[in-house]
Amino acid sequence: MAVQPLQYKPNPKAPRQILPVLNAEVRAVTSQEVALGFTPEQVRVEAQRCLQCAKPTCIDACPIHIDIKRFIARLAEGEYQAAHDVISEQSPFPGVCGRVCQHELFCEDVCIVAKKWEPVAIGSLERFAADHARLRMQELAHSYPKPTGKKVALVGSGPASLIAAYDLVRNNYRVTVFEALHKLGGVLAYGIPNFRLPREILHEEIARLQNMGVEFEVDFIVGKTATLEELFEEGFEAVFIGTGAGLPYMMGIPGENLVGVYTANEFLTRINLMEAFRFPDAPTPVRVGAHTIIVGGGNSAMDAARWAKRMGSDVTVLYRRGRAELKARLEEIEHAEEEGVRFEFLAAPVALFGDENGYVKEVECIRMELGEPDESGRRSPVPIAGSEHRIPVDTVVAAIGQAPNPTLQKATPQLITKRGKIVVDTKGETSMPHVFAGGDVVRGGSTVILAMKDGRLAAQAIHEVLSGVAAEVEVAQ
Amino acid sequence: MNRILAKRQLAPEVTLLEVEAPRIQRRWKPGMFIIIRPLANSERIPLTIVDSSAERQSITMVIQAIGKTTKEAVALEPGDALCDLVGPLGEAATMTTDQKVVCMAGGVGVAELLPVAKAFHEAGNHVTALCGARSDSYRILDEELKASVDELQWATDDGTFGFHGNVVQLLKSLAGPGTFSEGHVIGPIPMMKAAAEATRDWGLKLHASLNPVMIDGTGMCGGCRVTVGSEVKFACVDGPEFDAHLVDFDELTRRNRAYREMEQESLRHVCRVGLDVR
Ligand SMILES: Cc1cc2nc3c(=O)[nH]c(=O)nc-3n(C[C@H](O)[C@H](O)[C@H](O)COP(=O)(O)OP(=O)(O)OC[C@H]3O[C@@H](n4cnc5c(N)ncnc54)[C@H](O)[C@@H]3O)c2cc1C
Ligand SMILES: Cc1cc2nc3c(=O)[nH]c(=O)nc-3n(C[C@H](O)[C@H](O)[C@H](O)COP(=O)(O)OP(=O)(O)OC[C@H]3O[C@@H](n4cnc5c(N)ncnc54)[C@H](O)[C@@H]3O)c2cc1C
Ligand code: SF4
Ligand code: SF4
Ligand code: FES
Repeated sequence: MAVQPLQYKPNPKAPRQILPVLNAEVRAVTSQEVALGFTPEQVRVEAQRCLQCAKPTCIDACPIHIDIKRFIARLAEGEYQAAHDVISEQSPFPGVCGRVCQHELFCEDVCIVAKKWEPVAIGSLERFAADHARLRMQELAHSYPKPTGKKVALVGSGPASLIAAYDLVRNNYRVTVFEALHKLGGVLAYGIPNFRLPREILHEEIARLQNMGVEFEVDFIVGKTATLEELFEEGFEAVFIGTGAGLPYMMGIPGENLVGVYTANEFLTRINLMEAFRFPDAPTPVRVGAHTIIVGGGNSAMDAARWAKRMGSDVTVLYRRGRAELKARLEEIEHAEEEGVRFEFLAAPVALFGDENGYVKEVECIRMELGEPDESGRRSPVPIAGSEHRIPVDTVVAAIGQAPNPTLQKATPQLITKRGKIVVDTKGETSMPHVFAGGDVVRGGSTVILAMKDGRLAAQAIHEVLSGVAAEVEVAQ
Repeated sequence: MNRILAKRQLAPEVTLLEVEAPRIQRRWKPGMFIIIRPLANSERIPLTIVDSSAERQSITMVIQAIGKTTKEAVALEPGDALCDLVGPLGEAATMTTDQKVVCMAGGVGVAELLPVAKAFHEAGNHVTALCGARSDSYRILDEELKASVDELQWATDDGTFGFHGNVVQLLKSLAGPGTFSEGHVIGPIPMMKAAAEATRDWGLKLHASLNPVMIDGTGMCGGCRVTVGSEVKFACVDGPEFDAHLVDFDELTRRNRAYREMEQESLRHVCRVGLDVR
């Protein structure tokens, strides 16, 4: 392909464009999306900051290898639709990833521009391309041919399974996604709030998969509704397990079963999946009192804190390490701070106390200091004796992490696991032939884009196995 | 999918629904449950699987209409479909053979007891069923139970049928240490708690099927957690059945009350909307 001369001169010195956001006071009372997206003028400036590197490190760093350089060039030229097409070569989820991908750890981390200035805002540019293509995706809705190939089952409808579905259906496989809940998307649907990822965006990107011929079965728990073996008997020739890490860790402190004490999963499921923020217009309630304490420092903690704030509570995040160790996306931490969420670092709860009706009313905390580095290389928190103190509280949310969802593993004892995580080889294949796995069920709590990387890898391996590509290689030897 | 094949009123506020569910029908075992959402804007609520038919590819549930969602469910008619139906969930009830087994239930729990009592009987145990109702007209599934156990006795709160009093009083009136070696209890929490207290020193292994508030039913939220002995368990995946003598029933009572005012608000809210919708 002939290299087209650039139509413009890169200008990396221009300031990195700042994503416009909804005013923090408005945010505190609505569920509207916080980040508003670039204006076309911002897109032009930001896209032209890209140097169009001869060796674009950003593309290697993106776990699903989106051709970042090329889509940015299209944006710089004002060819928004073409930019979306470039992203779509690799990703079914530009609207999702443009919003929730931890790009500071991946593409933007290695952007050459960052050597001297701030990195190109790749995530926000991706989001812009996606938002521009929304109408066109509807036009394309019926133009896909129906797949006719072998049947593949994907378990769970999180990002790992969905990118696998995208890759497999484009190779003509007949793909069915089985989801335990009544809505599709995995954590994107039940965990991540709509003020970060509006549900229309998620629905439209999933609808594209549907239009391409991917079948979806909700209310279907593999291991319960049918076993893995039964799926094979029903004609599926390969299975991908993308069941995520949905099993919440408990704090293991006295009082954690008091009324008003939630895991982040329950709190967020009530609000995101069951829409308790609309109660009583939606029928599922949630208890958010005047004072809320969130325990933890990851994405779940930020999401729970910001929801509690929006529901009128005064919110404090207790985290046993320091600000630098928070694991959430940087943008979400900043947004939480702007919205008035308070942070107490180097503090952890040791006990919860209730009133005579069993409602939580006080939390006893202890202060920490940072000691020697632990296995993760981070300095581990050590409690300071005698620093216990009590804080009044009405709602407590424990956001201290999740383990792999065990249902399928329990029903499939021959599947080898290690501390609950499904063990896979370098191609994503499990100890059972033709059964692959990836995403959080293999990694433990991770990120959307790494789950997608795994789904892509497994789809490739499934294609090799089912199309006989791998077998042919063997014969040739 | 999820089509209602038959509907029958068993007692005031208690309705039986038979629903098309080919996969669940094939895989369920006594003691397991399902989660339904009757309408697209309904809560997710758990219900016990009471029976099934391979021929009709269906399962049966019995619903006591006490709040918003159960009322939505029993308002559906044959030919309508439940918006969502997922299962079978939970673990099967503990089974034994060649034992003297007592099965106790109150209220709508009588329906939930039926498949378990039947399974104990079919597994070769001698089964005594003790069932409670508010009053004679509230007794449900009498014939089905009679056909499935060795001995059936009723207790009514007002004495209009059988023993005058509750099921636990009935139990104490006819049994003591050593009478039974295995037992199953299901029903309102105070009743299960009383049954556990009464039999603590009887050398009886008593299993209680618990009914905490659930959301996903897949072990993902922890909302259904209960304390059993010194351990925290998720009732939807570890249960719903646990050793009755180890369950912290007081905690369960408190946790089940958590949304009481909100549930009432929700019910009133529907009534207002309902006026112009129906
Ligand atoms: C609150 C929260 C916020 C987050 N925010 C971010 C963020 O901003 N950026 C980021 O990169 N990452 C974020 N993460 C992490 C990210 O969401 C996960 O790493 C990612 O979703 C994992 O994808 P997955 O496909 O492996 O599984 P999941 O998204 O967990 O999906 C698994 C699905 O499988 C279903 N399932 C489970 N068992 C079965 C079964 N037996 N049969 C059928 N279905 C089953 C589940 O119901 C679920 O829908 C966040 C996580 C949480 C909890
Ligand atoms: C494993 C299990 C099996 C059950 N089997 C049956 C059955 O076979 N027949 C039957 O009639 N009932 C059964 N129940 C109880 C039934 O789920 C509740 O009556 C129902 O959820 C009430 O919902 P509602 O909206 O009508 O009432 P609401 O007014 O919302 O609630 C009334 C009471 O029901 C309980 N409840 C409310 N929401 C839930 C929920 N999401 N999950 C569990 N309990 C809740 C609470 O204690 C509450 O105070 C079962 C419960 C469990 C956990
Ligand atoms: S998906 Fe993530 S890593 Fe890849 S280009 Fe988009 S923001 Fe960067
Ligand atoms: S590394 Fe940065 S400057 Fe280079 S192509 Fe990628 S985005 Fe553009
Ligand atoms: S209902 Fe959510 S874990 Fe049991």
